[in-house]
Amino acid sequence: MASTTVAKIGINEATQTQPSRGLWGDAFYRLIRHRLAMFGAFVLLVVIFMAVLGPNTAAYNPETMDFSARFAPPSLTHPFGTDDFGRDTFTRIVYGARVSLLVGIIAVSLAATVGTILGMIAGYSNRIADEVIMRSMDVLYAFPAILLAIAILAALGKGVGNAMIAIGIVYIPIFARIARGAVLSVRNEEFITAARALGAGDIRILSTHIFPNILSPIIVETSLSLAFAILAEAALSFFGLGTQPPDPSWGRMLSEGRGYFRQSVWLGIFPGLAIMFTVMGFNFLGDGLRDALDPRLKR
Amino acid sequence: MNLSYILQRIFLALVVILGVTFVVFMIVHIVPGDPARVILGAYASDESVAAIRERLGLNRPFLEQYGDWLGKAARGELGSSLITSQPVMPQLLQRLGPTIELALASLLIGIAIAFPIGILSAVRPGSKIDLVASFFSQIGVSVPSFWMGIILVLLFSLTLNWLPPSGYTPISEDLGDWIAHLVLPAVTTGIVSASILTRFIRSAMLDVLHMNYVQTARAKGLSERTVVTKHALRNAMINIVTIIGLQMTALLSGVVIVEVVFAWPGLGRLALDAVLDRDYPMLQGAVLTIAIMVTLVNLVVDLLYFFLDPRIEFG
Repeated sequence: MASTTVAKIGINEATQTQPSRGLWGDAFYRLIRHRLAMFGAFVLLVVIFMAVLGPNTAAYNPETMDFSARFAPPSLTHPFGTDDFGRDTFTRIVYGARVSLLVGIIAVSLAATVGTILGMIAGYSNRIADEVIMRSMDVLYAFPAILLAIAILAALGKGVGNAMIAIGIVYIPIFARIARGAVLSVRNEEFITAARALGAGDIRILSTHIFPNILSPIIVETSLSLAFAILAEAALSFFGLGTQPPDPSWGRMLSEGRGYFRQSVWLGIFPGLAIMFTVMGFNFLGDGLRDALDPRLKR
Repeated sequence: MNLSYILQRIFLALVVILGVTFVVFMIVHIVPGDPARVILGAYASDESVAAIRERLGLNRPFLEQYGDWLGKAARGELGSSLITSQPVMPQLLQRLGPTIELALASLLIGIAIAFPIGILSAVRPGSKIDLVASFFSQIGVSVPSFWMGIILVLLFSLTLNWLPPSGYTPISEDLGDWIAHLVLPAVTTGIVSASILTRFIRSAMLDVLHMNYVQTARAKGLSERTVVTKHALRNAMINIVTIIGLQMTALLSGVVIVEVVFAWPGLGRLALDAVLDRDYPMLQGAVLTIAIMVTLVNLVVDLLYFFLDPRIEFG
């Protein structure tokens, strides 16, 4: 009787098991069924569309001043109103999307590349290298992110290019910690021992065998870090250290319009909403990626 | 208590602080070109540039400069401001109080919001309150704190006239006025902290609510309130305290931003003013003080494990 039940359960399990699409295929399938992640992806698609195609289709130039239209409230001609120079707020937000995304992508690429390489070296090599690298990361981690970025910009000088470098440096320790942890969890697996027995060198083992196996947490962190990088760029530009005038950036727009929010509330609302939705998009997508790539972590 | 573990943590904290001093010292030395020329501007005379070089010790070998700077920093001598010529240390000590006040108030607000909501969400996962809490915590981590500050000022100061829009009154002068000035900046940073903490408290509570000892406590007939507060929450506290400790760096990041928005006379505002004025000794002092604060808080959190869970043995 018992064996029959076991056999039935086995058959049921076998028939209920869905055909495997492979690791990445399964993850993609879980991701597209994650509603919040898809909402995040949709928001980001809109922002990317604005950044790529917006400047070609915008009705106004973001830097053209029109003093006859100063502080114009939202209307059909100016959907998000105009600022103190009569510049179209919607056009400046569209152009600002390009700055925000560019800074975020370049800064996080820098952090992910350097951090992952350092973390992989720390996790794979001897204890001395591990200690030196990870204690250095602890040092960088001791600084509040925005303060370290401000200090780096104090040394390198203001500007959007240096802001990318500053934000990138700030996030290196996060990627290094994640990569090191992931390497430690796979470095003693049998497939690594087998590759070494077959004569593979350290660089080949790291790049061909270990890297693909630690990619999941790095992809997740990349999405979440993009959200923080966009917030950091906005804060730095708000302080006058990031994007410089007359280039439009969401943080800079809030800083420039700050004195007029009471009478022209749209100057404070729309750039803030643009930052919030973009950051939310990356956060939702990051959470979805984490659930899709490692369902055990789902909460 | 495991003395060797405590000594090891203190030693590591000292190593981190030593590294922090090196990074802070490097702020002046990674300036592209001649730092003295950058400080004074392109039109400064050669004599002025030479004087600044001498004053900052830039003519000497790098390691000698660092050793000298470190020795003085250890004695509390961080040089004098390039703008006011006043010693940096007294100004840092003057600004430290307001920053600590704001950070603690923000943390208290964050904890006061996050604990009840995080626990309720974990006790009833998937419920309406869980979904609403999850939605608001996502918004909280996505809103730029400086924007939230501006919106709160627009609403509560400029429209409703309930609270002052910016500024600071020392607690020793007028307690009521101190609180009135503290509310908006503390709420701004506190909401962001609460958003992050809520997610971690929910997650930590969910982990322990499925443990056997919690099921046993329920089976013994204890009330759900006792099960949650005495059995689950106490065991989840270890993870929660870790997160609160790690939050300090994020919290101080928020405090730096909010200090600028609300003209709060703390270290963050001092650091930003120093950057804009190219006052490198002042910037170095402010950054060093905040980084040491973060390191010490992390050390305290590490040592708190013993008190929260005596079962933990460290090798």
